[in-house]
Parts: sequence; C-alpha cells; structure tokens
Amino acid sequence: MSAPNFVIDVTGITKRFGPKTVVDAVGLQVKRGEIYGFLGPNGSGKTTFIRMLCGLLTPDAGTGTCLGYDVLTQQAEIKCHVGYMTQKFSYYEDLTIRENLDFIARIYDVPDRATAVQHSLDRLGLANRSHQLAGQLSGGWKQRLALAACLIHSPQLLLLDEPTAGVDPKARREFWDEIHQLAADGLTVLITTHYMDEAERCHRLAYLAYGKLLTHGTLEEVMHSIPIFTWTVSGPDLRPLAARLRGQPGVEQVVAFGNILHVSGRDAAQLEATIARLREPRHEWRQIQSGLEDLFISLMDTARDNFA
Amino acid sequence: MPRFTLHRFWAIVLKEFIQMKRDRVTFAMMVGIPLMQLMLFGFAINADPKHLPTAIRAADQGPFARTFVAALRNSDYFNLTREAATEEETRELLQLGDVQFVINIPADFSRRILRGERPTVLIEADASDPAATGPAIAAARTIAATAFTRDLPGPLARLRGTESPVAFSLHAQYNPENITQYNVVPGLMGVVLTMTMVVITALAITRERERGTMENLLATPVRPFEVMVGKILPYIAVGYIQVTLILIAARFIFGVPMVGNLALVYAVALLFIAANLSVGITFSTLAQNQLQAVQMAFFFFLPSILLSGFMFPFRGMPEWAQWVGSCLPNTHFLRIVRGILLKGNGPLEIAPEIWPLLLFLVVAMTIGVKRYRQTLD
Repeated sequence: MSAPNFVIDVTGITKRFGPKTVVDAVGLQVKRGEIYGFLGPNGSGKTTFIRMLCGLLTPDAGTGTCLGYDVLTQQAEIKCHVGYMTQKFSYYEDLTIRENLDFIARIYDVPDRATAVQHSLDRLGLANRSHQLAGQLSGGWKQRLALAACLIHSPQLLLLDEPTAGVDPKARREFWDEIHQLAADGLTVLITTHYMDEAERCHRLAYLAYGKLLTHGTLEEVMHSIPIFTWTVSGPDLRPLAARLRGQPGVEQVVAFGNILHVSGRDAAQLEATIARLREPRHEWRQIQSGLEDLFISLMDTARDNFA
Repeated sequence: MPRFTLHRFWAIVLKEFIQMKRDRVTFAMMVGIPLMQLMLFGFAINADPKHLPTAIRAADQGPFARTFVAALRNSDYFNLTREAATEEETRELLQLGDVQFVINIPADFSRRILRGERPTVLIEADASDPAATGPAIAAARTIAATAFTRDLPGPLARLRGTESPVAFSLHAQYNPENITQYNVVPGLMGVVLTMTMVVITALAITRERERGTMENLLATPVRPFEVMVGKILPYIAVGYIQVTLILIAARFIFGVPMVGNLALVYAVALLFIAANLSVGITFSTLAQNQLQAVQMAFFFFLPSILLSGFMFPFRGMPEWAQWVGSCLPNTHFLRIVRGILLKGNGPLEIAPEIWPLLLFLVVAMTIGVKRYRQTLD
C-alpha cells in the first residue's frame, strides 16, 4: 500500500506498442484533493498513461497503485472508484441524457439511483434537457453530460482526457469552476490539456513529451525547472526582424503576438548578445517574465533533440 | 468482487432495448424480413410447380394412348404444348427449354396394355431444376394408374388398381425427398432467425467500438459475460416475434398442418436463437468494423441456408457437405421444427437434435466471452 495521502503513486510505468515505446518509465505522485495538470504535445503518451491508470491498458513495466489498488493486478477494483472521461465523446448518442446517466448509474450500482441521476442532472444544469438525445447536443453540453456521467458513482479519482477541447471559453471557465469545487470536496483530478490558461489553474503540473516525463511540480517549480528568458520587441518591420532573429545564437523561439514579437532562449548571455547586435533604435526591446508556453515549447524542442 | 451481477447485466439489457426502440429502421427490417421471405419462398418460389410445358411424341394413336394423353392434359401438372415426331425434335425442344418434359408413347402401347404387358412410357425431363420436375413425374404415375379404369372393362379389369398398367422410364435425376410448402415454411423459421439474429448481433460490439463507446464501457466494472448476455436477451424477444409471425403465416396463409406441440417449438427456438446470437456476438468481437461483421454474418448464413437441408435434401448432399451441415445449428433446428409441426414429434424424438444445438451454444458463447477484450491492449 502506498502512503494514504497519495491517490496515484506509480513509478517506472512503461507501455510499448510494437517497437514503439509510447510511455517510457513515467513516475507520478498525486495527492488527495489535488488538481494535477498533464501537458504535452499530441502523441506524447498522455492518453496511454491515463488508460493505464484506470485499468484500460496493462503496463509493460513499472509498479504502483491507484487509489491503493495495484495498477497491474487490481484493475477491476480501480474501475469501480475512478471516473474516466474519454477524449472523444463516448456515451450513447441514441440515448437521452437521462438514459445515459441511468445506464451508467446501473452499471455502478449507485444506491438510490433515481435521486442520484436527478441530482447529477440538477447540479450540471442538464435537468430541462434530460430528454434530449445525447447525439443532438452541442460540444459544450456533451462535455457536461460526460462529466455528469463520470461523477455519478461518486468516484474518488477523476481522469479527464482533454475535457475542454472544442468548448467555448465561458463553458470552459464554468467547467473549471466545477472542477475546483469538486477538488475542494476531496476529489482528486488528473486532467490533460493543451491550454496554458488551464494549466495555470492546476495545483501541480507534469509535462510529458515522447513518452518521457520532462518536468513536474507546482507552477512555480515548473517555471523554475528550466531557466528561460524572454524579450519582447515592438516597432515597425517586425517580420523581416523575426526572419533575421531565427537561427541566431541564443534564440530558440520567435513568436509573433499581434504587434509584438516574443524572443526566448535558455542562454541569457547569448540571447542578450544577439539582441545587442541586431538592436535598432526604431525597435523597442524589453525583457519580460517567460510564460508557460515559452517554457513548454522549449522543453519540447529539447526533447525532440534528445529522443526523436 | 462477484463475477456476475444482476444490476450490471440488467443495465445492458435496458440500454439495448432503448437503442433498439430508437433504431426503428432496423426493427422494421427484423419484422419485415420474415414476412418478405415468407412471400418469396412461400409463393414466388414454388417448389411444386404446375402447368409445365410438355411435348408428346406418340407413336401409337390407339384408344389407350389417346386416353392417357387426355388424362395428362386434364392434370394440372402438364401443359401439352407441342407434338413431336422424331427423336431429334424432342431433343431440340428440351435443349432449347421450350418444354420441361417430353412424353414418349411407344408404338405398340395400346396393344401391349390389352395384353397386360405394361408398356413403358419414356419421360424425358429437363432436370436442370430437379425440384421442379419431381412432383410432375409423381403425378404422371398417378395419372397412369387411374386413367384407364374406364377403358379396362370385363376381363381386363384385373389390370385396374392393383398395379399401374403402364411402366415408366425416366431420363431425369429425381430426388426422392419431396419439397413442398409444408416443408419450406417451417424450414424458413430457421433461415430467417439465422439471418437476422446473426447479423444484428454481429454489429453489437463492433458498433460500440466504432462509435467509441467501447472505451467507456471497458472503463466501467462491467464484465464480458454481462455484456454478452445483456446484449443477447433483448434480441431473443425479437426472435420470438419472428417465430410467432412465421407460425401465424404458416398456419393461416399456407395452411401448414401443425400436428405437434407449439410450446415445444418455442422452447427449442429459445435455444436456437441464443445459439445464433452467440455466433453473432463472437463475430462482433472478431470484426474490425461493422462491414466486416456483416460479411462474417453472411459467410455463416450461406452454408446455413444451402447445407442445412433447407434448400436441398440433406441426404442428397455429398458426405463432406453433410458433415459441414451437421455442425450448423440450422440443420438441427430445421429437423426439429419440421418434426414437431409435420410429424408431431415430442421431446423424446427431438432429443438427438437438441444436444448439438446446446453444444454449439456453449462453444460459441465461450469463444465470444474469451475474445471480448476487457482492456484495450
């Protein structure tokens, strides 16, 4: 058994599909009540890792527990206490919202099923749509239904695989408010996302690329795990400037944000030297705090150099 | 943790019923297919064809020959359309398909009848469809046996009734098993059930996989056996609707005699439906997509219709085909249903056909459960 305060406690988790190692010796500790953000480029192994946590895939190597149950042998027990929201909507489109919830509640043998279904409809604001077929719902409502369905058996751990992909900003914010409320009530949440604003709403973060865990910790810790320096430049003729900057020593990223450029690199001295060399009076240069996105793109580039 | 729980099983059953209710087209097809097949096999495909075009080559014009030809003309089976003079002519008529039969009356026909020598009438039949010729030839024998009753007075009366005064020689392969609607309609029950039950469940799990709902189902604690049985049960109800439709049609449209116990038919149908559904579910776990699942179902359906004794008499098939046929549930179910309905067989008589059905069900179910993957590995 793991320490009781760790809901997920795994080490060395590895999964291979044929010759390809999709998840490579990943270890992760998640405390109760924590919202843990899982980031990484497409195909980095996030979904595969989550599937191993909830018993859908068996790891090829590694050990650990999920909710105190062994991830290798006690998959059936894990399934009873985990709510898993798949990347693609995976409820029955030819069933109504209520019928879908009722089906899931029956599968988990939820006590006092009718009340539980009604409660979950009310809480997620689905009550007056309960007789609508799931297939006719818009993306945002499908996501609400999926969340309601994976919460109906009062799981202790919620695994959410890109829950907010294709959902509008308002619905996303409401979704995150809901997640924070659930976490405050003691639910542990592991969530994958590509949105940096969402990453910043997590208690802790992990960054996965090419199946490897590159960094993890709180937002602060992650931000300081790799030194990265960013300058902004504004003024006329930014496009030719961007072209000149790319490939210069110390310059790793040149990204246009509207009328300014972000120029980032890990070697502060080299970066500053390059900027000094290319500096013109008509451009205004300013050093700023690097963002999470700058950091992750830098991490990904490094990872590609090392592993790919 | 228990292996099987009623609540999870029941959840699947209810879900399948709701989905069936929503998918009206499929449901209509499941009711429509038995009716359509009944019409096709019951009416359109007539295994007892009448008014078949026939040519007469009469070398004798005596009174008995004329009586015989008149009797043939009066029967429903023969439509005397042509008269042929030479052997070449008859061969050509048959070859071109202008006639189904050529009836050759020998030169000394009348004289030999009077002598009691039983002259031989040669019937040349277009045997390309043996099922079509059989009943007509049988009718010819009957006609010969009764046609001369009036013409055989006095001392010749000894030729009446006892034995046909005419012998027949056939140039056709004749299958002794007589196919009639009585035979076809009960047999249709097995064919319809095989077709619809296997196809519909072959889609059951592939559909979940294609729509992405499988991942969700696998993430829940539901067990393979619960999914399998839960998916099968609603379709047993559909199967029973089909059985009832066919029985009603058999009785009231086709007038099939029902000697045996109908409750027994329903009891055996349960076993047969479950066996077919298990096959479908097993295909469902093997197929990568819904198209493959349907193809597999037809792969199973074809021998079930061709080698089961539905289309062709079972005993007429080569040994290897009989062996394949014996492995198919439809073969046994056909015998059971025909036995119960037409011969009034009871549980004791059908027992030898029951255990192969049971065995088949257990094997198919086991493969299905084993093949159902609980993980995405």
